[in-house]
Amino acid sequence: MATATFYDQIGANKRNSVLLALVVVVLLGALGLTIGWAVTGERAAAIPSTGIAIAVGLIAAVFSYFGGASLVLSVSGAKEIGPQDAPQLFNVVSEMATAANVPMPRVYIIDDTAPNAFATGRDPQHASVAITSGLLQKLDREELQGVMAHELSHVRNFDIRFSLMVGVLVGSIALLADFFLRFTFWGGGRRGRDSNDSGGGGLQIIVFVVAIVLAILAPIMARLVQMAVSRQREYLADASGVELTRNPVGLERALAKITLDTEPLEVANRATQHLYFENPIKAATGQSSNLFSTHPAALDRINRLRQLSGQSAVTDPHEVLDPRFAAAALRGAATPSVPPAPPGWNRPS
Amino acid sequence: MELIVVIAIIVIIALVVAGIYNGLVSRRNRIDEALGQIEVQLKRRHDLIPNLVEAVKGYMGFEQSVLTKVTEARANAVAAGAQGPAAQAQAENNLTGALRSLFAVVENYPDLKANQNVMQLQEELTTTENQISFSRQHYNATVLDYNNAIQTIPAVLFAGILGFVKREFFDAEPEATEVPKVDLNLG
Repeated sequence: MATATFYDQIGANKRNSVLLALVVVVLLGALGLTIGWAVTGERAAAIPSTGIAIAVGLIAAVFSYFGGASLVLSVSGAKEIGPQDAPQLFNVVSEMATAANVPMPRVYIIDDTAPNAFATGRDPQHASVAITSGLLQKLDREELQGVMAHELSHVRNFDIRFSLMVGVLVGSIALLADFFLRFTFWGGGRRGRDSNDSGGGGLQIIVFVVAIVLAILAPIMARLVQMAVSRQREYLADASGVELTRNPVGLERALAKITLDTEPLEVANRATQHLYFENPIKAATGQSSNLFSTHPAALDRINRLRQLSGQSAVTDPHEVLDPRFAAAALRGAATPSVPPAPPGWNRPS
Repeated sequence: MELIVVIAIIVIIALVVAGIYNGLVSRRNRIDEALGQIEVQLKRRHDLIPNLVEAVKGYMGFEQSVLTKVTEARANAVAAGAQGPAAQAQAENNLTGALRSLFAVVENYPDLKANQNVMQLQEELTTTENQISFSRQHYNATVLDYNNAIQTIPAVLFAGILGFVKREFFDAEPEATEVPKVDLNLG
């Protein structure tokens, strides 16, 4: 049953959040333990340092649970708007909130011409959606509906809570690892001189090496897990968005329009990129879903949507936006009525 | 000893039945809540239409028959409000059709299309119509959930005795209106 899968998915998301948080806490603890031991050379010092690392992670998680959304919104330069500022946007969000059966979220505008959007919050009762003024301008009503259906699926499925918590936890691992690596870089010389006097012993060197390896690997591992889960969620949000609107065309067209726009979003950064509708930091390679990207390639997403509605796959987002393009390509005409896309359409030129 | 076992079994059965009963009641209440959501939007649409007719009718040569149809369809829809979900859905669908043809005609009048007031009303009616169809999806999902619950084991064993009757969907399937089985026991 279709509804059962949604509830399954929401349940899985809540479980994943807890599981991932645990993994991250364990990683944090391991980092704290080895760093404390390695830096002081005392095994006993590992106990408080482990405690401190875990405490910092947990406090960060609690803060992000309650204050993360407003932080993300203010970092992104989002301004809350009322129904009179953008009546159509408000109407569309309200429609999709009805369809997803969640309360009306708060609506924010990011004053940036790059087209993008995101949803955040700790649960559907405390959710916000933000959209850039560029996206609002470029999309028609149907496309806007597709994007908002995607965002409200994130809200309903509790993806927003997951992203918020994970972002902060992964961030704190990175911070701790970074801190330690810097410390060894700066303090390494002094330590070299000291070790002659104290004769630190082979054990400390081993712990030190383990700490360095862990400090390098832990953030990468944490981020890998985060990215993999994030990509999966984007596909799911696309599919459940279409289940809400019963209209894949709007979302397909919106994705095509957004991916053809190569302007990067200035207010997005590594910490917030996974929240967005489409990856705001357009890397040099946009072709395939690689290991470290937060979002699947837009063309993949478009083709999965087309598959859902039994349409044939496209190789170029222009085909979604302009049927003449596809027709011309089929006829093999030398001069289609619209300019053909360059072969590297999704690379910024 | 036997008495204790018998009493324990009876208590357990009573608890299970109570749990199922509570589940059915909350499902039934969800239907009423969902129906309420639709009603709010339908009412809103009924209230918006006179404004639209007013805004459009001043334009020279505007097809009066289209306006009359919309006004009539609206009156029928308002009247159908008390006739149960199936009849109501039918009347509302007619109204949707009449509104569509009105907006199709508006397309032929560039002045009218550019009129700020008409544009605003068109957006309001579009969103209301979407709200209606999304609330309807939600309503039908809650009805399906409830109907499934009362027609399957274990609830089917006593749902009838406890007064749980099948609810109808909010849509205008012609087959559905042929055999009117309207539950007037709403709420």
